[in-house]
Amino acid sequence: MNPKEIAERITKTPRFTSGHRMCGGCAAPIIVRTILAATEKPVVAANATGCLEVASTIYPFSSWDIPWIHSAFENAPATISGVIAAYEAAKKRGRIKEDVKFVAFGGDGSSYDIGIQSLSGALERGHDFVYVCYDNEGYMNTGGQRSGATPFGASTTTDPAGKVRKGKQENKKDLVRIAAAHNIPYAAKASVSNLPDLFMKAEKAFKVKGPAVLVVLSTCPTLWGTMPKDTITMAKRAVDSCAWPLYEIENGRCRITYKPSSKLPVAEFLRPQRRFRHVFMPGNEKELNEIQKRVDEGWEELLRICDGS
Amino acid sequence: MAAKGKTVPLTGNYAIAEAMRQINPDVVAAYPITPQTSIVETFSKFANDGRVDTEIVRVESEHSAMSACVGASMAGARAMTATCSAGLALMYEIVGVASGLRCPIVMPVANRAISAPINIHCDHSDSMGARDLGWIQIYNETAQEAYENVFLALKLAEHPDIQLPVMVCEDGFITSHCVQNVRIYDDAVMKKFAGERKPIHSLLDLKEPISVGAIELQDYFFETKRQQQDAMEKVPKVYLEVAEELSKITGNKYGFFEEYKMKDAEAVIVTMSSAAGTTRAVVDKMRNEGKKVGLLKIRLFRPFPYEEVARALSKAKNVAVLDRSMSFGAHAPLYGEIRNALYEMEKKPGLQSYVFGLGGRDLLESHVRQAFNDMLTGKVSREKRYLGLREASE
Repeated sequence: MNPKEIAERITKTPRFTSGHRMCGGCAAPIIVRTILAATEKPVVAANATGCLEVASTIYPFSSWDIPWIHSAFENAPATISGVIAAYEAAKKRGRIKEDVKFVAFGGDGSSYDIGIQSLSGALERGHDFVYVCYDNEGYMNTGGQRSGATPFGASTTTDPAGKVRKGKQENKKDLVRIAAAHNIPYAAKASVSNLPDLFMKAEKAFKVKGPAVLVVLSTCPTLWGTMPKDTITMAKRAVDSCAWPLYEIENGRCRITYKPSSKLPVAEFLRPQRRFRHVFMPGNEKELNEIQKRVDEGWEELLRICDGS
Repeated sequence: MAAKGKTVPLTGNYAIAEAMRQINPDVVAAYPITPQTSIVETFSKFANDGRVDTEIVRVESEHSAMSACVGASMAGARAMTATCSAGLALMYEIVGVASGLRCPIVMPVANRAISAPINIHCDHSDSMGARDLGWIQIYNETAQEAYENVFLALKLAEHPDIQLPVMVCEDGFITSHCVQNVRIYDDAVMKKFAGERKPIHSLLDLKEPISVGAIELQDYFFETKRQQQDAMEKVPKVYLEVAEELSKITGNKYGFFEEYKMKDAEAVIVTMSSAAGTTRAVVDKMRNEGKKVGLLKIRLFRPFPYEEVARALSKAKNVAVLDRSMSFGAHAPLYGEIRNALYEMEKKPGLQSYVFGLGGRDLLESHVRQAFNDMLTGKVSREKRYLGLREASE
C-alpha cells in the first residue's frame, strides 16, 4: 500500500483522533494511526503507562475511538491477555460473534525494561495479539532518562555525557530478537519514516495466528533534541545508516525489508541530535568511531542472520 | 430454595475450588504460591477435565494475574484469582487498580506471613497490609464459611451499587490445608444463585467504545476516589441482602460478625478467622465453670461495621482483641478498629490488645484462657501483650 492509500485508510477510520496532547513532532501518533489502519476488523487496545497513554486520555477526554484500557506501566501484555481471555469466554458462551483483533502499545521503558516479564509471559502463552513498542530510546514520560533501549553513547538525564563517563556505555537490547526467541509467528522492526513498510508489517502482525511484535522507531524531539519538523528525516537517517535496520522474522525466517542503496555514515544521523552532541566535540572522536563500529557490526550480524537475503 | 447438598471431607482450599467450579467464572488468572496453590491446582484440574469451561490464563506472576483479571473484568468477564503473602505483595499495585477501576473481582486469600524472615505459615499481615486499597475483606473461620462466602462475595462484588473487588480470606494451612466436613450444596442451586455477571460497561461492547483507566489529574481524581468511598458505604446494606438470599439456600447466618454467648458476657474476646474456633471451645469450657465469657468473631473487616460492633460490645466489662498481625509503631489492625468503634460510647468497656500466632505460631486454648482470665480480673492496660511468644529472657 502506498502512502496516499494508507492516508486514505487512516482518514476513513480514524481510530486514534487528533486533539491529544503529544509533543509537536512526536512520532507515536503516526505509528498508532498507521498500525490501527492495517486491519479493518474491530480492534481493542491496551496501553502501558507512558507518553501515549497520559497524553491521549486526560479525563474526561480520549483520543481513542476504539475500546481502550490502561492499567499500569509494566502490565499492558498481561492486561490484554485478560481482555483476550474474556473475549474467548464470551465467544465460547455465545455472547459475542465478531472476529476481534487485540493490540497492546507500550513505549521502550515498559517494553524493554519494567514490563519485559509481562511481555515474555504473554508471548509464551501464545495469545493472539499484536504488541507494539514505540521506541524513542528513553524514559520520556518522566523526562529523558536512560532505558534498556537507549543506544550506546547517548546522553540521558540519568546517564549524561559527563567529564569521565560519556553517556550510556552499554548496548541497546535487541527486543525483536528477544521476542522472536519465544518462537512467535511474527516479529519485526519498523520505522515511522517508512509507512508502507510499517503498514505491511502491521497487516502481517494482525493476520498471523498468535502473538506478533512490532518494534517501531519513534523519533522524540524532546529527548533527541531535534526539530519537530525533522521527525521523519531523523528516522530515515537512522534507517539509512543501518543504526535502525528494517527487518522481519516470520516463522523463524529473518528477512531484511529495506536495504539502503548506500549506507549513510552514522554521524549524519547523530549530528543533529542534542543527545549525541558530545561525540562531535574535539577529543571525543573515539566515541563517534565506536558508535560507527557498533552500528556496522550490528548490520553485518543481521546480514548473516538473514541469510544474506 | 433450600438445597441439601452433600457433606464431604475437604480442605479449605478444595472447598473454595468447589465454589469456583460451581460458579464456573469466565476467566481465572492465577499463579501458584504456598499455601494458596491447591486452589489454582484443583481448579486447573476441573478445567482440564472439562468440568468447567473457564478460560484459564496461566500467568508468569501474581502481578500479571491481577493485571489479567483487571483486563478480563473490564471486558465484562467474571474474573477470579487467588493468592497470599508475597503474591499479594507483588500484585499490590494492581490490587489498587482493580478497586479504582471498580472491577468486581473475587480473590480468595490463604493468609500467610509477609517476608522477611520468609515464612510460609499463617498470619494476617498480607491482607491487613492491603486493607486500605479499596477491597471488601471477608475473613472466614472454617472451610464451610470460606466456601459459602465465595458466593456471597461474588454477588456483593457484582451488585450494580457496589462494583468493588472482594478478598475472601482463610487462614493459610490451618484452614486451607486441614480437612473438615464441608457441605457442598447442589450444583444447580448454587449455579442459579451465582447467575451471570451483567457488566455495566465492557471493552467488548464494540458499538460503544470506552476508554478505561484514563489519567485523572487535580480536577477529577478526588471525585473518583469519593465515589469509591460511596460504594464502600453501600456495602453493609447489600451485604445483608445477599446474605439473606444465600441464607435461604444454606440456612446459615452471615452477619458482619458472629456473637457467641455474648448476651451476659463480662469478658469478651474479639478475633477473626480460625482463632475464633479455638476461642469458642474455651468459651464453652469456661462457661461450664460458670465464667461469663463470650466471643465476637469479625467476618466483615472492610468496610468495618463500627456501630454494630460498638453495640455488640456495649454490655461487656472488658474486651480482649486478638490480632494475628501487627502494625509496627501503631495499634494492631483489629484492635485499632475496635478502639475506633468504642470511641463514641459513653460507657466504654476496658480494652486490651493481644497479638498472637505470627508466622503460624499455634494459638493454644491456654493462651485464650489467659486472655479471658486477664479480662475477668480486670487486668487491662495500654501495653501490647503477646500470646505464645518467648520473650528475650526465656
